[in-house]
Amino acid sequence: MSSRTLPLLFINLGGEMLYILDQRLRAQNIPADKAKKVSTIAAWIEEDRKRVMNDIITTMFNKKFLEELFKPQELYSKKALRTVFDRLAHASIMRLNQASMDKLYDLMTMAFKYQVLLCPRPKDILLVSFNHMDAIKDFVKDTPSILSQVDETYRQLIEMYTPLSSGEFQLIRQTLLIFFQDMHIRVSIFLKDKVQNSNGRFVLPTSGSVPHGTQVPGLIRIFSCTGEELTRQQFNNGGNYNAALREGSFEIFGDRVTKLGTNMYSVSRPVETHMSGTSKNSAQHTKVSAAPNPLAKEELNLLARLMGGLEVEKPGNTDSGFRVNLFATDEEEEEALISRPDELSYGVINIQATKDQQANAELAKIMGEFTESGDQSPGASSKGDDLLAMMDGL
Amino acid sequence: SVAICSENGGLVASKEDCSMYHKEKSIQIKNSASALYNNLGVLRIAPRRLTYFTVVHANVVNMISASWDGLNYSHRQLQSKEPNVATSTSLIMQAAFCALPSRDLLVVTSQKGIQMYESDGSIMVYWHALDTPETPTEQAVFARGISAVWENYICVGVSSGAILVFDVPSKGSNITLSEVLEEHKESITDMASECSGSQECIANLVTADDEGNLCVWKSGEEFQLLNKIPGFDMSCSSVKLWKGTVVAGYGTGQIRLYEAVTGILHAEVNAHARWIYSLDIAPFSGLLLSAAEDSLVRVWHLTMTPETNSVEVAHLHNECVTDTQICGAKFCDGDGYAFAVTGYDLSEIIRYVQS
Repeated sequence: MSSRTLPLLFINLGGEMLYILDQRLRAQNIPADKAKKVSTIAAWIEEDRKRVMNDIITTMFNKKFLEELFKPQELYSKKALRTVFDRLAHASIMRLNQASMDKLYDLMTMAFKYQVLLCPRPKDILLVSFNHMDAIKDFVKDTPSILSQVDETYRQLIEMYTPLSSGEFQLIRQTLLIFFQDMHIRVSIFLKDKVQNSNGRFVLPTSGSVPHGTQVPGLIRIFSCTGEELTRQQFNNGGNYNAALREGSFEIFGDRVTKLGTNMYSVSRPVETHMSGTSKNSAQHTKVSAAPNPLAKEELNLLARLMGGLEVEKPGNTDSGFRVNLFATDEEEEEALISRPDELSYGVINIQATKDQQANAELAKIMGEFTESGDQSPGASSKGDDLLAMMDGL
Repeated sequence: SVAICSENGGLVASKEDCSMYHKEKSIQIKNSASALYNNLGVLRIAPRRLTYFTVVHANVVNMISASWDGLNYSHRQLQSKEPNVATSTSLIMQAAFCALPSRDLLVVTSQKGIQMYESDGSIMVYWHALDTPETPTEQAVFARGISAVWENYICVGVSSGAILVFDVPSKGSNITLSEVLEEHKESITDMASECSGSQECIANLVTADDEGNLCVWKSGEEFQLLNKIPGFDMSCSSVKLWKGTVVAGYGTGQIRLYEAVTGILHAEVNAHARWIYSLDIAPFSGLLLSAAEDSLVRVWHLTMTPETNSVEVAHLHNECVTDTQICGAKFCDGDGYAFAVTGYDLSEIIRYVQS
């Protein structure tokens, strides 16, 4: 539908990913002087954490990558987008197992789904995006080179989105909602805050402030043919609304007013998901992009190009010392992988980055060779075949 | 009379009869409804004591045939795929029934074009491809907004603002593109007609766009533009035409009633707290149905007094579909005795019947 959806999807999901990783890295943080190995999870010292965040943010806002991202295009399938985020999550020394990556992606997507649904106006999705951008800017405030990349992205967002009409924003929102269709994964922090029900559906209150530009429902006005108001009457609106708040700022700096898109995690509020109970919804869980997807190769080409120019850090420490676990223990992580319902599997072209670091570097190099290719042509599909075969073989 | 009823878990004392409608057994559908304007099609087939429903999910139209005795349901799915081309992902924007004097057709609009089926979805009788560019452009390309127009036309809107007028023969597949109306500059959102031929109508088609502009037309070999009612920079997502009055629902949650031919504003209702997704009118009783992202479906009564050229709007009833952003709401009959509702992510058609 809307060909301007992908940048918003990517930036907001990326922002959520950074919130979650930041929280997990801090949770696994051990003061430098007490550094020791805790089972297979090594100590994350402050420097390493900052380095991971910087590396990921640098990759996210890579100039060439963004150029591609902002081109008018249809949304990626869930599979293809998941692969982009797999690569992004591994654009640093950090390593995630399959189960942790699955969980990370679940949390990211459910969080943004929540934000999109709860936005009072479709245009407010841009404010949510700015909240994510503001937080990202804060993560890298001490690093001027990355900061300038982030500022440039603000300008691109403003240039592309502020001229859009309300109807065009609603089309973007509808496109995003198709992407999120039928996702009802329960997130612990949402359940605790009572913004999500136990069946995985979000609470939509019939109270609170109306959106900017909307009146509190209740008034019927009748006019004469000359335009004078003849009568006015009230009706019961069945809710408990109050007037709109002031409008948030759509500039590089400013008060966004909405809290949607700000960081809801902290070290004391760990992130968990519940996999059990979601299989009840499996009858309704239909994948929009059903296999076989003839576009898979096409998307993979673009994907390869996007990620091709980016370096994968070779960690000095090649054991799983830099692994991040999104679960409380290793055992839980393993259990999550085994018990994940089939219908929730992303069926992703899986890059098992925790394995052979050598193979990983090789892949990155090969992907890099595609960056120089110009526009996609039908001939490029054979490269896609090779790439797919290579990935399957990993 | 004062009635006390419970809504949203609270107790409300209301002058309206809050038990005007009660919920009936829902119809389960194979997929959940997508968040699209006017995402519910209803066709009542009295001779066979059946009603057809359509609900769009991404690139699929779910069709359900429900017998009036509630005992028989059959399901069918229509995919959006242009014939003879093996590409995928063409998202459907809308599916709607077009009831013409000689036949009923089901029209499905997507990013690729317009499909017309026999009303039971069994055979596709016509396909019209849109000019889709090779590489995606900033402006999305799709068809949206469907209406049957007296006596043998089907009109369909396009994202460019154009309106395609198709001439439909009383049977067979010799449907032709008769005219292209280029008056709107923004994407068409919805359109509606009235006049089944039994009355003389001055205007019989209204079309709406993403900027809230409304165009009023008279059908014929060449459609005539009778009036243009300017919008106020807010999308009009759903529109109806009844007794010469345009009833328009907007993204601000407002409903406005205009006299079609003159553009005089009769009434303005602060109806909903969120974007309106669907309006419907029961023509024999003057009941109006409105539904929005705010989880509420509201029933109103419209009274037209031609002598004084005035309109009255009375609010009758609220239904709250908890935690659901509604995307389709339609009366199931011309009196408004029953209505049906669809919501984003919901895999059922919820039905309500007068108590």
